[in-house]
Amino acid sequence: MAEKKVFEKGKMVPVPSVSIIPERDLGKSPILECSHLGIDFGGLTAVNEFNITVGRTEIAGLIGPNGAGKTTVFNLLTKVYQPTRGTILLDGLDTHGKTPAQINRMGIARTFQNIRLFNNLSVEDNVKIGLHNQEKYSMVSGILRLPKYWRQEKAAHERALELLSIFDMQHMANYQAGSLPYGAQRRLEIVRALATNPSLLLLDEPAAGMNPSETAELMENIVKIRDMFQIAIMLIEHDMSLVMGICEGICVLNFGQIIAKGTAEEIQSNPTVIEAYLGKQQ
Amino acid sequence: MKKLIGRIKGLKKTTKVDFATYLGVILAFVLFTVLRDRGLLNRSITGMLVPICAYIVMAVSLNLTVGILGELSLGHAGFMSVGAFSGVIAAQSLQAAVPSAPVRLAIAILVGALFAAVAGTIVGVPVLRLQGDYLAIVTLAFGEIIKELINCLLVGCDSRGLHIAFNITGNLTINDIGMEPGGMAIIKGAQGATGTTTIASFTAGFILIMLTLVIVLNLVRSRAGRAIMALRDNRIAAESVGINITKYKLMAFITSAALAGGAGALYGLNYSNLSASKFSFDTSILVLVYVVLGGLGRMWGSIIAAAVLYILPEALREFADYRMLVYAIVLILVMLATNNDQLKALAGRIIPKRKGVSSNG
Repeated sequence: MAEKKVFEKGKMVPVPSVSIIPERDLGKSPILECSHLGIDFGGLTAVNEFNITVGRTEIAGLIGPNGAGKTTVFNLLTKVYQPTRGTILLDGLDTHGKTPAQINRMGIARTFQNIRLFNNLSVEDNVKIGLHNQEKYSMVSGILRLPKYWRQEKAAHERALELLSIFDMQHMANYQAGSLPYGAQRRLEIVRALATNPSLLLLDEPAAGMNPSETAELMENIVKIRDMFQIAIMLIEHDMSLVMGICEGICVLNFGQIIAKGTAEEIQSNPTVIEAYLGKQQ
Repeated sequence: MKKLIGRIKGLKKTTKVDFATYLGVILAFVLFTVLRDRGLLNRSITGMLVPICAYIVMAVSLNLTVGILGELSLGHAGFMSVGAFSGVIAAQSLQAAVPSAPVRLAIAILVGALFAAVAGTIVGVPVLRLQGDYLAIVTLAFGEIIKELINCLLVGCDSRGLHIAFNITGNLTINDIGMEPGGMAIIKGAQGATGTTTIASFTAGFILIMLTLVIVLNLVRSRAGRAIMALRDNRIAAESVGINITKYKLMAFITSAALAGGAGALYGLNYSNLSASKFSFDTSILVLVYVVLGGLGRMWGSIIAAAVLYILPEALREFADYRMLVYAIVLILVMLATNNDQLKALAGRIIPKRKGVSSNG
């Protein structure tokens, strides 16, 4: 893989972070740049020297054995944990010291490994909560039901149904979110994340608990979402058919360190990766 | 007519529940007004009409904190107390300036709501940043602190304005606060508010209930209300979709406190003598019982529970010594009945289509 270089202090120096797929986004600034990212819990280094860049419309995969630190990376990116070291640039802007809510407003939306829906609310309300920051009327116009309220609520209702139609879920709009079947809950979480109008969508094991046909459908939908919204998607997944099928760039994590980066073919033939997953050959 | 029925059927279920709530309150008000004017209500019931209104507002407002926001508050009576005494001070001191009693009552309720909102902000800003049961602990303490503070509060009013003193040492009396002779004492320390002109009326109570319902129900159905319920259901997910947790927690808590203050002012102006011990921990728990038995997040449930459970101890007077025993048994039976799956299934068969979104009516 060709190393990306920048002009610094009078000479070309290699950039520490190598884009997962440099050829795709050459000439465009990346949406996400992490450099030297790391976090310690007490004496334990959970993630260290995590350097990646993700292109604007890239589908990136983050894989690794259990406990490698994949979800920790997501939690660092969304500031659920504040990183001990390193910087995260989103669209060129530093995210240092931001809260999770501010990070979302900057453009990162995510789903969770163990589904976190608003279980007592309807499916439609779940999506409308995702639209929260795009509705602009105040508490007073909400209580007095001023024209602004009716206009924006109508728009939100239509937008919510439109978003639900991506996964063909419009007919479920009035169901209680907690009563949905497992697969539908996962899809609703993606819709809710999309409703926040992100430029980078993080999916934490989107295919967990799905059967092969559901997974195949999900793969199509992830690509469809990328093409429709023109956003970057980064996903954690254990289902290799999904990762190898749709991820344009893959990053392998083991014990909190990146051990390989590259395309699906490169990863599949990488001896370090094979060792991490299957152990050392005798 | 058929068209109208069609339109009503087409409404969302939550909207229907809201309208039914408003309608029920209006009907109850008309019914009780007619009964009272015909002289069909006995004296003890007539005397309870205003306090019932105040407690309904208390229950609905506490339901906003406990049911919608999902935080436990054990000091709701504290906000009621702040509202009651600030309302009484406002109403008494404005007697000359505002001769019309209804206008004075409205001002008193507004002042009560405002002071309670300030108290809510003071309690809420530091505590709602924390997660867990801290709010319950702090509000519990707040209720007690307010009670003690008002116990040593001396307030009087003369031509020069208000005179306020804190009787911390216990040596001061109402005569020591520098009033002109002929000035009017409003709050006399541990005796509480004395000689208050009672200007609260059932109509004012009804209007306050309707206002409270409009505020709470419309808030819940708006963008802000959805954000509040989102952080009740799942705080981490709510943050992940960009909701400012502290802002919406505070919004719900302060609204709840302000409404309790309004209820307090109404309650305070219904009695010529009112001491701070009326708003003790027991009162907070009583309101919490109304909320829990009426159903968390269900406003019509709070209204019915507050009205029925306020009247019940009076109605049980003939049981004399066994009164509180029967009261407790009724509470337990209601709890058992509302949590019984078989009874729920039975209700589901009688009233079809009870499935679906069960959230927050």
